[in-house]
Amino acid sequence: MITSLYGALETGLIYAIMALGVYISFRILDFPDLTVDGSFVTGGGVAAISIINGMDPIVATLFGAVVGFFVGCITGLLHTKGNINPLLAGIIMMIGLYSVNLRIMGQSNLSLLNETTLFSQLQGVFEFLSLDAIFFAPYEWLGLSAFAPRTFYVIVMMFVVVLIVKKILDIFLQTETGLALRATGDNQTMVRSFSANTNIYIILGIGLSNALVALSGALVVQYNGFADINLGVGMIVVGLASVIIGEVLFGKKSIVRTTLAVICGAIVYRAIYAMALRVDFLEASDMKLITALIVVAALVVPNMVKQNGEKRQFKKSQKALAIKEQKGEVQVANAKTDS
Amino acid sequence: MLTLKQIHKTFYANTPDERRAISNLSQTLQEGDFVTIIGSNGAGKSTLLNLLAGTLFPDAGEIHLNDQNLTALSEEKRAKWIGRVFQNPLAGTAPNMTIEENMMISLGRTQKRSLFKGITKKRREEFKEHLAALEIGLEDRLTTKVGLLSGGERQALSLLMATFTEPKILLLDEHTAALDPSKQELILSLTRELVEKNSLTTIMVTHQMEQAIDFGNRLWMMDEGKIIFEAEGEEKDQLTVPDLLNAFQDIRGKKMANDRTLLAK
Repeated sequence: MITSLYGALETGLIYAIMALGVYISFRILDFPDLTVDGSFVTGGGVAAISIINGMDPIVATLFGAVVGFFVGCITGLLHTKGNINPLLAGIIMMIGLYSVNLRIMGQSNLSLLNETTLFSQLQGVFEFLSLDAIFFAPYEWLGLSAFAPRTFYVIVMMFVVVLIVKKILDIFLQTETGLALRATGDNQTMVRSFSANTNIYIILGIGLSNALVALSGALVVQYNGFADINLGVGMIVVGLASVIIGEVLFGKKSIVRTTLAVICGAIVYRAIYAMALRVDFLEASDMKLITALIVVAALVVPNMVKQNGEKRQFKKSQKALAIKEQKGEVQVANAKTDS
Repeated sequence: MLTLKQIHKTFYANTPDERRAISNLSQTLQEGDFVTIIGSNGAGKSTLLNLLAGTLFPDAGEIHLNDQNLTALSEEKRAKWIGRVFQNPLAGTAPNMTIEENMMISLGRTQKRSLFKGITKKRREEFKEHLAALEIGLEDRLTTKVGLLSGGERQALSLLMATFTEPKILLLDEHTAALDPSKQELILSLTRELVEKNSLTTIMVTHQMEQAIDFGNRLWMMDEGKIIFEAEGEEKDQLTVPDLLNAFQDIRGKKMANDRTLLAK
């Protein structure tokens, strides 16, 4: 149980980068971008094939992200220059990328088990410096050794990477360009009237979003030890689930707060996923349905809670009004008998 | 100096719905001119503003600002010199961003948007100063999301955002029409203040004749895509609402009489 939660934390942190990407397109630009299902695999595929061909894992990972950026830019171009509806532009890209990804990978499944990946490199460093011992120490000291994870290197590394990505994103969204990007998603008419080319901001934003998604894909592939052509199926929904869960649970007061919320949302989603997998009558193949249900719940429940709250408030005030009216009527009746 | 040369604009050309929005309009605005435009619905007032702003392009004719030919420039390119306030108070601001962030977007009109931090301490002080001049307390709410402001406050902010970077031309498209009377007063007095302070060349479309007479040094009355009545300087100062109504009926009446004689033949 505990071990699977550590697994959830690891994968949650990796998928958090993808969720941040979805946050940019879905929330900041108000552009529901389905390219994600394809670009996730593109990032993973590019990184995998580059590593197999002897590229340094760090360079390969970044290369995957760059390719993701260009893929996103194409979606942005389809929408802005081609005047294609955002959803449709994403679907077109998703379908097209399936073939492109197959071309990139050469086959539908690539194994990285015998290759040097970012994770295996770091594992080497951790073992060499026996850093795990340092992280295990507090557990032993508290007598909780049984609850410690196998190893810490994934968690530590991903924690650092996610933090860096979050920080860069936070800073970027406060720059002059970042502010214009946010305003483009908020009120295009207004941004254009202040001399900003909204098309460029949309293309840039969707590019950035898919760069993060592809980066996440490149990391997932190295974490799993294989790249698969179907790795991205339903990824957009997973991203949406993370964004929505995060916003509901951790708030969205400012940009800094929201990016943190999205990261936490991704981890919580993975935790729910891990718990659901442990239920006896559920099978691994049921996970897509569970993902769909999590998203529905995350979308519907907050609204219902809010509406119920308002209804209750309304009923309360109605009751108070009725009581007042009754009193009023009594007074009127009294007045009549008096006269 | 803003020059309009023989501007034509027709909607749905060559269809049964064809509508002449602007026909053969030529005008020159000197720097510092404040023109008010009145006219009934469909007279072409908004079309004229949209042609100037670049959301529409003329079928024929040219628009020049000083030495610059604006005619074919895109909306965002000419927005460098043109400030706009829309009729809808929600149109001129980004609701999910804070007041200072909105001010920052409007500052980007005059300078290229960089990858440096947007809101610096120095800029925040500047924004505060400008906002304080509105005297509606927005200067203490810099980090409030604009969506939480009232319609009047949002329109005041839009007005400030359109003017404080000193555009060459300010376009006001019935910018008080969607507000209640007390807020209209506020926005109008702010308009007068900000235009004078920055000595802006302004074109204001309005439905209310009193406003058209009260404001500016020039007045155009439009009908069916043409300027049918003009007044300037002293002549405009002496105008009254009945004068305008008479002028309108005179010209309209003549035309109707013409049509009648035409039909009678």
